[in-house]
Amino acid sequence: MKIVSLSALVTLLGVSLASLPAIGDPGKANESGSLHASQPQRIIAAGGVVTEIVYALRRADVLVGVDSTSTYPASALKEKANVGYVRALSSEGLLSLNPTSVIAIESAGPPDILKAVEDAGVQVSHLPDVATPAGISAKIKEVAKLVGEPVKGAALAAETDKQFAALSALRSKIEKPRRALFILSFMNGRAMVGGRDTSADGILTLAGLQNAASTLNGWKPISDEALFDAAPDIIIAMGHGPQDVTVNSILAVPAFAATPAAKSKSIFIFDGGYLLGFGPRTSSAARDLLLAAYPKLAGQDKRSDLQ
Amino acid sequence: MHQIPQVAYRRSIVLMALCVLLVLIAVAAISLGSISIAPKRVFEVLFGMEPSGQIDFARDALVITQIRLPRLILGAAVGAALAASGAVMQGLFRNPLADPGLIGVSSGAGFAAAVAIVLGGRFLPDAATKLPFAFLPMAAFVGALMSTLILYVVASRGGRTSMAIMLLAGIAFAALAGAGTGWLAYISDDRQLRDLTFWSMGSLGGATWSKVAVVVPMVLPTLIAVPFLARGLNAMALGEAEAFHLGISVDRLKTGAILLVSIAVGAAVACSGLIGFVGIIVPHLLRLSVGANYRFLLPASALLGASLLVGADICARTIVAPSELPIGIITATFGAPFFIWLLLRRGPEFAV
Repeated sequence: MKIVSLSALVTLLGVSLASLPAIGDPGKANESGSLHASQPQRIIAAGGVVTEIVYALRRADVLVGVDSTSTYPASALKEKANVGYVRALSSEGLLSLNPTSVIAIESAGPPDILKAVEDAGVQVSHLPDVATPAGISAKIKEVAKLVGEPVKGAALAAETDKQFAALSALRSKIEKPRRALFILSFMNGRAMVGGRDTSADGILTLAGLQNAASTLNGWKPISDEALFDAAPDIIIAMGHGPQDVTVNSILAVPAFAATPAAKSKSIFIFDGGYLLGFGPRTSSAARDLLLAAYPKLAGQDKRSDLQ
Repeated sequence: MHQIPQVAYRRSIVLMALCVLLVLIAVAAISLGSISIAPKRVFEVLFGMEPSGQIDFARDALVITQIRLPRLILGAAVGAALAASGAVMQGLFRNPLADPGLIGVSSGAGFAAAVAIVLGGRFLPDAATKLPFAFLPMAAFVGALMSTLILYVVASRGGRTSMAIMLLAGIAFAALAGAGTGWLAYISDDRQLRDLTFWSMGSLGGATWSKVAVVVPMVLPTLIAVPFLARGLNAMALGEAEAFHLGISVDRLKTGAILLVSIAVGAAVACSGLIGFVGIIVPHLLRLSVGANYRFLLPASALLGASLLVGADICARTIVAPSELPIGIITATFGAPFFIWLLLRRGPEFAV
């Protein structure tokens, strides 16, 4: 292995060497979506939605590692190695799992870590993350192709599209859109709410609701007076983890108790990952939210007859 | 005065021990990691010997030469820069609490990094996407130098630089930069906030040979200048006027030291984020054992700083493997209690 000794020497001089990966085992690089891989696939999912899609395709067997945002299904982080937060991955950590490929959501990184992994002969696929129905089915198809299940993927994507179409039909029946406030968490009685340009805003739109906090940009704590102005008809809160937000804890805050939502008892607690994941479960999450917000539409929902 | 030969003897022992420590830690850093590689193979890769087995050899060679080796050198350079600069700052300001942050390097770099993280994609999408690896470090480096320059100008009047003014202005500037970072954190989204938090805890992840090639030349001048700085700093310990009467060009010393430190620490911070604690603690740790003579304190600080940071990095990347901890957490978690323990058992001769 004279090449190696030479390259080690060159690299010691501080020259970034791009040629070394060339001596990496070529057999390791799997063709994307190949159904007949020469060796079993070993995939790392970087991004909670990637993990969710792989599990939805029932191909968890190909996963060797998932990132720490892979909270659904809950078994993922128990069964698979945790490669850390999706934006703070470690190159050697990823390589230590001997992956054949890494499926990285758009925001995964840091970029130079993913580049180093790619240089080591591991196929790194970057997955665009668009928080729309079309973006979701595109994600499903792409992940399915990468795990070698294009047919199952197309079916799942088609099913998702169908659900979104049904959702859209349901949405068109809304006569008067209601105003909803999305609470992420409570800190000392102050609520952190989803404003414009948040995943919360996206799911509210899908559920045919108006974001009552649309004057805010991003996730922001809302002041009592702004809350009065927002006058939400509905309050949606994320309940998960040890700091559970409950209906009673919201009503205990005077500013919240005075909202129209509190008066009509329209406060709903949802699982955060379910509502904000923008993955295969999003259509049903949006539908659940819509039916909770507009109970009268429940009877007109065709899908509810099927269940 | 009868202690002097004994002290000199102890100093050379300590310096040798620190060299041995750095070599041992470097060997450990090359051999340990989330991928287990046999020591024999490490040896084969490093010295280009005929591999005894082919299984995973290419991968292991790549991990050693492209991931662990640049990371080791970057860690050593950053650690040496932070610790030696900390010692220089403590001498220059004649203040035990001084660290490179006082001349605005950390606060300026932190603010510039926050600007790059939060606003970079919005206002300079081209630069941010074309230079994904270099945009943030470049911004942080420029921020570090700019803030040092501002403080230097504020503290200088009529060709003289007042260290006391620089210290006060440095505190005000740090508060201002902190507020600026706070504004940016307020308008940032979830992801940018996470990035900011991780950056402020430091990491040597993503070390590449190109980063090493940039950082090492920035750190080296400070290390080379150590003997020259040491003489001036020793004289400064007596007081500025006394140093001047001893024939030290005090203002040139200040300007030179500030310039060297801002470049070295600016480059270190730009590549690794904010790694606190090393700059303050390492020089004090050594004062406890080798005394306050800068001729020994500066090289010893560089050696121990390098060892400490590389050692902390081994922990950071193995404790939660295959994931990784921010290194700033490790340096503070293990270093601070150790330092307090040292303070508790200090001898009567120890003076800050």
